[in-house]
Amino acid sequence: MNDVSRYDPLQGAPLPVLGAWGEPEYRSLGLMSGLEVHQQLLTSRKLFCRCPAGRYATSHHAEILRHMRPTLSEMGDYDGTALMEFKTRKNITYLLNDETVCTYEMDDAPPFEMNPEALDHAVRVSLMLGLQVVDEIHIARKQYLDGSIPTGFQRTAIIGVQGAVPHRGRRIGIRQLSIEEDSCREVSDRGHARVYRTDRLGMPLIETVTDPDMHTPWDVAAVCDTLRRLARASGLVRTGVGAARQDVNVSIRGGSRVEIKGVPSIKRIPRLVHNEALRQRSLLAIRDVLRERGVTAASLRDASRDVTNIVQAAEGGYLREAVARGARVAAVPLPGFEGLVSTPTQPHTRFLKEFSDRVRVVACLDSLPNVVCSTSEVTTLSSAEWGRIERACGVGRDTPIMVVWGDERDVRTATGEILLRAREACEGVPEETRQALPDDTTGFERVLPGPSRMYPDTDLPPVVLGAERLARLAIDLPPPPWERLARLQRDGVGEDLAGRLALHPAFALYAHLQPRLGDDTLTATGLASLLLDRDLPRPSSVPAAGPWWDHALDELRAGRVLPEGIWWSDDEPIAALPPEAARAAFAAALAELPADLPAAPGPRLRTMMGRVMPALRGRVSGRQAAAWVEETTS
Amino acid sequence: MSGNGNEDYKGYRGPALAVLKKYEALVWSDVTIRTDRGEFRGLILPRNEMADPEHIVLKMSTGYNIGLHVGGMQEITIHGRKVANYKIPEKAFPYSEGKPRVKLLGTGGTIASRLDYRTGAVIPAFSPGELYGSVPELADVCNLETEKLYGVFSENMGPEQWIGLAEAVGREIAAGVDGIVVGHGTDTMHHTAAILSFMVQGSPVPIVMVGSQRSSDRPSSDAAINLMNATRTAATSDLAEVMVCMFGPTSDQYGLLHQGTRVRKMHSSYRSTFRTLSDIPLGKVDQDGVTPFRNDYRRRRADRDVTVKAVFDDRVSLVYYYPGMKPDIIDSLVDHGYKGIIIAGTGLGHVNRPLYPALERAHKAGVSMFMTVQTLWGFVQMYVYETGREIMELGVVPAANMLPEVAYMKLGWALGQTQDPAEVAAIMLTPIARDITEREPYNGYLVYQGGIPEVDQFLSEHWK
Repeated sequence: MNDVSRYDPLQGAPLPVLGAWGEPEYRSLGLMSGLEVHQQLLTSRKLFCRCPAGRYATSHHAEILRHMRPTLSEMGDYDGTALMEFKTRKNITYLLNDETVCTYEMDDAPPFEMNPEALDHAVRVSLMLGLQVVDEIHIARKQYLDGSIPTGFQRTAIIGVQGAVPHRGRRIGIRQLSIEEDSCREVSDRGHARVYRTDRLGMPLIETVTDPDMHTPWDVAAVCDTLRRLARASGLVRTGVGAARQDVNVSIRGGSRVEIKGVPSIKRIPRLVHNEALRQRSLLAIRDVLRERGVTAASLRDASRDVTNIVQAAEGGYLREAVARGARVAAVPLPGFEGLVSTPTQPHTRFLKEFSDRVRVVACLDSLPNVVCSTSEVTTLSSAEWGRIERACGVGRDTPIMVVWGDERDVRTATGEILLRAREACEGVPEETRQALPDDTTGFERVLPGPSRMYPDTDLPPVVLGAERLARLAIDLPPPPWERLARLQRDGVGEDLAGRLALHPAFALYAHLQPRLGDDTLTATGLASLLLDRDLPRPSSVPAAGPWWDHALDELRAGRVLPEGIWWSDDEPIAALPPEAARAAFAAALAELPADLPAAPGPRLRTMMGRVMPALRGRVSGRQAAAWVEETTS
Repeated sequence: MSGNGNEDYKGYRGPALAVLKKYEALVWSDVTIRTDRGEFRGLILPRNEMADPEHIVLKMSTGYNIGLHVGGMQEITIHGRKVANYKIPEKAFPYSEGKPRVKLLGTGGTIASRLDYRTGAVIPAFSPGELYGSVPELADVCNLETEKLYGVFSENMGPEQWIGLAEAVGREIAAGVDGIVVGHGTDTMHHTAAILSFMVQGSPVPIVMVGSQRSSDRPSSDAAINLMNATRTAATSDLAEVMVCMFGPTSDQYGLLHQGTRVRKMHSSYRSTFRTLSDIPLGKVDQDGVTPFRNDYRRRRADRDVTVKAVFDDRVSLVYYYPGMKPDIIDSLVDHGYKGIIIAGTGLGHVNRPLYPALERAHKAGVSMFMTVQTLWGFVQMYVYETGREIMELGVVPAANMLPEVAYMKLGWALGQTQDPAEVAAIMLTPIARDITEREPYNGYLVYQGGIPEVDQFLSEHWK
C-alpha cells in the first residue's frame, strides 16, 4: 500500500505522523537527505588566534556595535543570503569577555597563522574517514551576514574530499571535511537588534559533509550517529553540550534542497526530516494548483496598498492600537491564491506561516501575529473593514489579502517579502536555511546560501601539508569503527560490548592488549568489559596506560592476579591468594555471617555471597567463592 | 619571480604550467583532474604568482578552493570554460538638483575595492558608478564626481603625488565644488594630510581625507561608513579645514574629524587607529550630521580664494634617535646632500653627546635641523636640561609641539620654497594649521590604561 499517493494536503487530510510511512513511501516521495556534522576540535587554543578554546563566559566587560554589508565573490556575484541579511538592517552587538577574546575576534586585528594542533586533528579525522587529504589547503572566507561572526565571514578550509562510511550494506558518500572557526552564541534577536556572545567564536571545528545518500528519516539519524561517534572515537573532538551540531539537508522529488540548521540532538532528526518532506509535498501541491490557474511569478504584480486610514477608523483591536502608536498598515492582495493560504504544511502549521516567517526574519516585524490574512483571520477586523480593504485592493471576498503593520520602512520590506514569497510559491519549494523549532517543525531562517558566498582569504597564504607531516599524522591511526567492529566480532567480543568499544577511545588499548591474552586467563569479552565498564583511575591511551596493562597481564598469566584483581585494582592489580590462604580467608568471612540468614536456598545463597565477597574482593575469584558457598549450604 | 605573462595560464609557472599546457587546460576551465588518489572536479583558478610552481588550484562546486600537487596527476579532462566576470555593479550615479557637489579624488587605498585572486591584492574600484553600486547611500548626501589621480598603496605616495594632489584640490576649488574627499591608504594618510594642510591654505571648503582599516571586500568593512561620513562632512559641514575622517570607537558609531596636522595612525590594525595628539579633534560625524567639538576652526566660505603652494624638496630626513646612536648617521646624510633633518629626540628633545660634532658639522654645511619629540605628546623644551641648551647651540631648532612626521613634511615643503636657513626656520616656526599650537589642553593627552577599574567601567558603559 502506498499512503503517499492517497495523502492530499489540499483536501484537508490529517498529516501522516512519523512512523505512518515506511521506506517505500519515502522512496516514492523521492526523499533525499544529507548531513553536515560540526564538531569542535579538542585544542587548547582557538583556530586563528591565541585565545583559550573551550572557555565559556556568562558575563562581559565591554561591547561593540557593528553592521554587515554584502561583498562580491571572486566569481563576481553577490550571494542571495547576503543581500537578504542586508535588507534586515540589523544592529549587531558583540559582548566581549576579556578572558575569551582578543582583537582578532573583534575583527580589529588580522589572523595569526592556523593553529597547527587543530590542523593536525582535522587531518587525522579525515584520514580516519578515508578521505583524500588535499595537498595544498586554501583558506576561504564564507560570508555570514547574520552577524554571527564579526568579520562577516567564517574562515574555513577543505582538508579532505571523497570518502565514504558504510551504512546497512551501502556506501554513504562523504563529500568533504573542512576545518573552520566556530561562530558566536546568539543572546537575543528582537526587531533590528541582535546580540551575540563571543566566547565560542574562533574555536576550531570540523564540518563533515555527506552526499544526499539517505532516503528515510531513520537513515539520516543513524548515519549522523556513526559520524559523530567516529570523530569521538578519535579522541580529538570535544564532547558535551554544544560541542557537536548538525545541519540536515532535505529534498523530495520536484522540491528543493532545504537545510535544517543547528539540530541539537540526533533523536530529533527523523521527525524533522519527515515534517520537512511533508512541507515540500504541500508546497508542490500548492504550486500545481497555481499552475493550473495560470498564476506565475510574472503575473503577480505588486498591488500592495497602504490601508492605515481604513484601520485607523476601526473600532478597536490590536491593529487599531498599533496605528495609534504610529504604525503604518499595508495590504497585499494575492489573486490566484484562493483557498490555498490555510493548506497544512507541517503539524499545526499552515501555508500562511511561510509568509509570516519571511516578514519576521527579513522585515524584523517579530511580534506575533505579524501577518493577518483576509480569508483566514476574520476576527482582527470587522467584515466592513475587510470590505473596505478589499475595495482598496480591487479584489473580491475570496481573494486572500495579507495585512502587515509596523514601522514604515519595515512594512515596505514586508510587502516586498510577501510578494517575493508568493512568486516563489509558483515555482515550488524555495531553497532555504530553516531552523529546527521545539515541536520538530521548521521555521524560515534565511535564503540558502550558494557557492557565491565563498571567496579566498587574502590574509593568509595556502598551507602545503607535505608528505612528511601527512606520514606522521597517519601513524597509529585508529581504524574506522566498522573495521573495529569486524575485528571485535572476530575476537568473539559480545555484541553490546563490541558496539560500544568500536566507538570508544579505549579501542586502541584493546587492540594493543588483545593479542597478549592467554587462552584461559581472560577472554576478549572480559578485556573489553574491563576497559569499558570499570572506571579505572588512569587514561586509556596506549602510551599512557600500556605499561600498566602489560604488567597486569603478565601477572595474570603467571597466576599471581585474577581478572577480578584487575577489576578492583586501585593502583596496583590486587594479588590473588594462594589456595590455602584463600580457603582460610573464606572461612574467616563465613564466621562473620549473622545467624538469621534467609531459609529459602536462592536468597540464602545470594545473601551469603553478598556478605562474603567484600572481604575477598579481587583476591579470590567469584566463581571459586560461589562454589564454596554452595558447598557450605548443601 | 615572474609569472608566465600569459592570461590563459595566469599565475602558473614551472611544473604546474607544463601540466596545464600539456592538456591545454586554461584557467577558468571546468575540469576533472584524475590523480593517483582519485578524481577532482572543479574550475581551474588563476594562481598567486608568488605561490609555489607545483600546485594547481581548483574551485569546487561548493565554492571551496583546493590545491592539488602536480606530482600525482594522470589526466585532465576539460568539460567547458567559465571565465569570471569580477565587477562591482556599476550604476549611473544619480544627479539631484540642489544637492551639494562633492569631488572625490582617489590616490589608492581600499575605500571601494575588489579582490585580485591572483596576488590576493585588493584593487580599488572607483568610478562614481562603481561607488554608487557598492555604497548607494552616497547619493542621499551629494552629487558625486570622482577622479582617479593615482592608484598606489599609501606607502608609495611621495612628493610627486603630494604635489599633484594639492594642485588637483586647487583646481577643484576653482571649479566650484562644495567639498573635497580624498581617498587614501591609511598607513601614510597623516603624512598626506599634513602636506595638504601646508600646500593648500585658506580653502573655502572642507578637504576630507578618508580610507578604511578593513578593506571593502569584507562585510564588516569600515569603508562604507567612513566614505559616507567623509562625504557628508565635505558636502555639509562648516569646517573649511584639511581633515582626516576615520572611525572614533571601533564600533560602527561615528567618525572623528581630525586636524590634518595633529593626527596620527596609532594602531596597526584597529578601526579606531587615528587619534588627534596633544589636542582634541575638530568634531565628529555620523548619519545625523557633523558636530564640531570647538569653535576656533576656519569657516566655509562662498568665495573661491585659496593659496596653493605645491612644492617639496625631498632632501629631508626624519631621524628617530636611539641611545647609542653614532655620528655617522648624521654625517652620511650631510655627505649625501640632505638639506634638512628632523630629529625625533628623547624626552623633551635630546640626543647623546657623541652626536654633537656631527650636528655642528651639519649646521655649518647649512643643513636645517629641527627637534621634535618621540614621545609624540607634548612640547619640545630644550632649556630644562643643559643637554638641550648645548644641542641648540649646535644649530638644532626646537619645533615646539609639531609631530615628527608633520615636521618632516613641513621641512620638505619649506625647503621647496627657499634654501636660506633663516627663512626655512621662519616658515617652520610659523603655525599654519595647528601644526604648532600655543597651548596643550588637559584632555589632549589621553591614553587610557586598561585594567584600572574605573577605566574598564568607562569602557563597558560608554565606549561601545
